[in-house]
Amino acid sequence: MRTKKSSLAWLMDLLIPLVALAVLVLFNLIRDPEFFRVTIEWSEGNPRLDGNLISIIDSASELAIIAMGMTLVTASCGGQDISVGTVGAIAGAIFVQTLVRMGPISVLTVIGALLVCCLGTILFKLFNGTLVAVFKIQPMIATLVLYSCGRDIGYMINGSATEELASPVIRAIGIRIPGVPVSTPFLLVVLVGLLLFLFFRLTNIRLYTQAVGVNQGAARLNGIQPTLIKLLSFVILGICVAVAAVIGVARMGTLTPKTLLADIEMDAILAVAIGGNSLGGGKFRLSGSVLGAYIIQMLTTTLQNMGVGSEHIRAYKAIAIIIIVTAGSPVIKSWFTAMKNKRSASADAASLKGVG
Amino acid sequence: MPNETVLTMRGICKQFPGTKALDNVDFTLRKGEIHALMGENGAGKSTLIKVLTGVYEKDAGSIQVDGLPGEARIHSPQDAQNIGISTVYQEITLCPNLTVAENMFIGRTSGQIVHWKDYNRRATEILNSLGIPARAKQELSHCSLAVQQMVAIARAVDMKCKVLILDEPTSSLDEKEVEMLFGLMRDLKSRGVGIIFVTHFLEQVYEVSDRITVLRNGELVGEYLTAELPQVELVAKMMGKDLNDMVDLEKVGVKNAGGGETVYEAKGLSSAESRPFDFHIRRGEVNGFTGLLGSGRSESVRAIFGADRVTGGEVKVKGKAVRISNPKQAMKNGIGYLPEDRKRDGIIADLSVRDNIILALQVMKGFFKPMSKQEMKQFADEYIKALQIKTASQDTPIKSLSGGNQQKVILARWLLTHPDYLILDEPTRGIDVGTKLEIQKLVLKLAEENMSVTFISSEIEEMLRTCSRLIVMRDRKIVGELTGDELTQNHVMKTIAGGEA
Repeated sequence: MRTKKSSLAWLMDLLIPLVALAVLVLFNLIRDPEFFRVTIEWSEGNPRLDGNLISIIDSASELAIIAMGMTLVTASCGGQDISVGTVGAIAGAIFVQTLVRMGPISVLTVIGALLVCCLGTILFKLFNGTLVAVFKIQPMIATLVLYSCGRDIGYMINGSATEELASPVIRAIGIRIPGVPVSTPFLLVVLVGLLLFLFFRLTNIRLYTQAVGVNQGAARLNGIQPTLIKLLSFVILGICVAVAAVIGVARMGTLTPKTLLADIEMDAILAVAIGGNSLGGGKFRLSGSVLGAYIIQMLTTTLQNMGVGSEHIRAYKAIAIIIIVTAGSPVIKSWFTAMKNKRSASADAASLKGVG
Repeated sequence: MPNETVLTMRGICKQFPGTKALDNVDFTLRKGEIHALMGENGAGKSTLIKVLTGVYEKDAGSIQVDGLPGEARIHSPQDAQNIGISTVYQEITLCPNLTVAENMFIGRTSGQIVHWKDYNRRATEILNSLGIPARAKQELSHCSLAVQQMVAIARAVDMKCKVLILDEPTSSLDEKEVEMLFGLMRDLKSRGVGIIFVTHFLEQVYEVSDRITVLRNGELVGEYLTAELPQVELVAKMMGKDLNDMVDLEKVGVKNAGGGETVYEAKGLSSAESRPFDFHIRRGEVNGFTGLLGSGRSESVRAIFGADRVTGGEVKVKGKAVRISNPKQAMKNGIGYLPEDRKRDGIIADLSVRDNIILALQVMKGFFKPMSKQEMKQFADEYIKALQIKTASQDTPIKSLSGGNQQKVILARWLLTHPDYLILDEPTRGIDVGTKLEIQKLVLKLAEENMSVTFISSEIEEMLRTCSRLIVMRDRKIVGELTGDELTQNHVMKTIAGGEA
């Protein structure tokens, strides 16, 4: 009985994103069932899955990974990091330049470059985190500086040359590993998700982060150090940004600091919100944010399939997102609970009558 | 005139899912009377107030307000205000960064050009006529809490309110401020305002009110003239049982002076908020810090727990010199601390009762050693039962519990860590009488089990009942230590007040 109740609570938390997803699916089913066709294509003797769903799952990878990190920062600090995209450009530059200097591209050098790249993003995010956690600057302001100058720093690190990373390893990361039908970026989402899941299992980060996000003072009086928890959330976000940046670079096979992870910060914040997480911090659900990321991507793909031009897509997306976010707003939610309460109250009354 | 009714509520019913919050409740308020609304937490006091102020819609019943024909229609707080029902809540709902005058007239100007000069003058007049020690142009946040509350009342009075609801107005005031507030209430009473006074302080009810209405479990127990209802009977009516419980507690009055080992000892301990002081407590001892608000009693125990930045002093725990400069170190040394301000420093509002119970223990176990869900559930179950915490389930967010039950959750949190030394700062503030007694009994029981407890309360009687040693503070200094025969209300008062004997 109890387990049933808690699993229901889980469902209630994710109600809005799930309904949004269902509506999108239904809409596409009515519009064109072909939307969901998944085929197996063979190229050079290797199988690969193809279709809209596959492309949605693939393209949303960077967003999904960053959304996970953004959720943690949002929960602990009650604010958002708007510099994830531009720091992503820095990460891309660090990755490419390290990789080029390490000699011929191999699995080992790529891992090495990724680690260096993680180190770089962690440093940048610790800078943001210190401003937020120690100097109590609002997250948006604390990250505004890197938001405006991050891509320039990316250019400075990268230099003027555009390196072509022509290597099967890079292609395996950005597109897919030969013989595996699923795209590697998606597998990386799963990997990051699993690592975070393990981290959540082996530590108290969920309890600590939520406690700090809800009531920092009380958390401190229970022996939690809010500063450390906030810094930790920025470190995790930094790692997420590094992984997303490497995916982005590998996808194109080259680095363009200007477009790498462009505008991803706003989509990431949206994903967090659509996932039912409060942007004011506190309780959170990573799965909601990941779901949010895929909803945003599905919306984009749906609009593209309907033939909406790329210059109009944002406007239509905005309309859909407003609807989703309004549906999840506290006001609408309280309407729903009021309705539910009324119904259960009348049910109570009915059962009472039955007894009497 | 004294019997002219200004507000009549009849047969009020309000149903929430699963509970009947109000069942056929009557309430009558007369012109120029102070009417105390009493009941334990969950009795229906706040629901009744919220129905009256339009926060909740009533399911059945009628409300009539003097001077309005027929039934009063109250569907929103705005409606209530328009027909002359004003509320001043426990937490100040004014804007602290505006001036006193701005706060009094904000939202009431007619929308055209505002003549602040006129308003300032009018505000000064009202403040003077009510004897409120504030200046019109003063920023509200510079006034004491009591004065802020009085400004809120002045605003209500100036809006020609007939019914003034004061919801726990005195819980964060010291005695002098309470007197000031009572003066204002009596003044308003003489002007014919009907005042509904909601409070947990029994003494205050007897000091200022004319009539008492008691609710229990959402039902009306009765309406009484204060002069004709002895205090013990009031408590009995609120709790719905005989007074054996209270008598029991008096019997326990064999207080634990503790013995043997000194569990905690501080020499010259000081923090950013408190001056250097010496303190010690023995195993199984219950002692208390007393003094007026602002005397430094809370700041002292915060220094012991490392809640404020510790600036000096030597600390020994069980005879061993230790350093306690933050809460975690205090916890590791077996010290627990229930903070004075439950809402601000105690509860993690959005988290479940379970998470709130296991929090401190989990932190002590460490970041990398999470308890299993099963373990957490067991602990939560155990303490919900042991302390009789009323909650729908352990997954319920703590914020939806009543104040008394929230406090029990925080108590459970610290008991779960099995501390050697537990500091309770105002554990019974804003809590119904029944729970108060439960907590007092619990403290004595813990002491019997060899826990050392420091108990702080604004109600001296409560401390006399539980503590074997009272440390008296004045102006942030320890001015006396009372034990044995000295533990009488008179003696404590004298020591607090100072003045050479």
